[in-house]
Amino acid sequence: MAERKLVDAKNTFCPGPLMELIGQMKLAEVGDELEVLSTDKGSANDIPEWISKVGHEHLESFEKDGVWHIIVKKVK
Amino acid sequence: MKILIVGGGMGGTILANNLARRLSGELKSGKASITMLSASDKHMYQPGLLYVAVGKMSPDELYRDQASLLESSINFRVDPVTKFDLAGNHVITESGKQYDYDMIVVATGSRPHADGTPGLAEHALQFYTEADALNMYKNLQKFDGGKVVIAMGVPHKCPMAPLEITFMLADYFKDRGIWDNVEMYYTYPIGRVHTLEPVANWAAPEFDRMGVTYETFFNLKEVTANTVISEEGSEVSYDLLVTIPSHKGMQVIEDNELGAGGFIPTDRHRLNIEGYDNAFVIGDTTNLPISKAGSTAHFEAEALAENIASTIKIGTPVRDYDGKVFCFIEAGEGKATYAMFNYQNPPDPQAPTKGIHWFKTAYNKMYWASARGLL
Repeated sequence: MAERKLVDAKNTFCPGPLMELIGQMKLAEVGDELEVLSTDKGSANDIPEWISKVGHEHLESFEKDGVWHIIVKKVK
Repeated sequence: MKILIVGGGMGGTILANNLARRLSGELKSGKASITMLSASDKHMYQPGLLYVAVGKMSPDELYRDQASLLESSINFRVDPVTKFDLAGNHVITESGKQYDYDMIVVATGSRPHADGTPGLAEHALQFYTEADALNMYKNLQKFDGGKVVIAMGVPHKCPMAPLEITFMLADYFKDRGIWDNVEMYYTYPIGRVHTLEPVANWAAPEFDRMGVTYETFFNLKEVTANTVISEEGSEVSYDLLVTIPSHKGMQVIEDNELGAGGFIPTDRHRLNIEGYDNAFVIGDTTNLPISKAGSTAHFEAEALAENIASTIKIGTPVRDYDGKVFCFIEAGEGKATYAMFNYQNPPDPQAPTKGIHWFKTAYNKMYWASARGLL
């Protein structure tokens, strides 16, 4: 059953939010949603860019209290 | 108070020795005991494999007897754990013995997983085991020129390794006088040449200066006899493929369903296994979003040793792990730099110097003092 997994990459620099997401994406099932938490505003751009290149789905991004939430879906 | 440490790598060893010194009185009086269970009677200095791969170190320089590194008050057993019963406060080992504990620390590390990418193990050179590093060097000796592609999986141990192997290979080819016949092509999974932006901002111009070309947003999908195919749809031909494969935690962690991919959910400050206050994780075994590197294990071990000792002495932990990581970066041409950061402070790497390279070379020997807890 599809689920939403949290990738808490707040206040981390290496390997960083996008690398964390790439690793977690491999462990996820098709249909799963992943919500990345990042304090790096660059994540709001580079995560959707990678998602688009690979062909997954970017569902939503928003910033709350200094934390970016980027929600994506594994589609293949 | 029975303390059980599972794993005899860098993290487990530094933790055990640090604890043994802090608890010397309790160990002498019998109020506490420290037992380490490991899969091997040898201890490997894993960062040395990078040097073995380019003929700069010999494999026998990488090993010491594990028992020789440990304080005499530590009970050391070569008997790997096969079953963890965290609720029951005991483990079962390969020999069938049961070890009960009051506190447990899991430090079993991670392993390369080239088999996770079709064709990668068959066609690529890698250097994360002694056999693979030696095989890489022997193949490099037979290489007289062509296109060398560097490609990596995620997650991988030692985030500086992709840059370091690129710079060190360039030195190797220059030393052999074949650099003009070599085209080096570096790939990286995200949109710059290294995940740390300041490091990427330094490395990309270095690549430009050296004539190393690069492609970003390149995640390994499949490898054939002469082509690397990325998840992003790119195809790159090669004559020699060098990889840093993706890593997984150890099989026993997966078998016991302690964490996806063999990485255990861990509190980022107290380092306890989520849901347990007497079970801890350090080093590559954690699922923390920080570097899988020896220095991470080292600094986590120091923080955890202080907390375990203080819990025994005064009933409470006294500090948080602050996310500290320190990574040397071999930059080629006899120079090196480093990146140091924690949860709050980003790295600010300086220009490489010969002095830092010399210090790194010295640290390759001083590591044994570090493992013993003397450095």
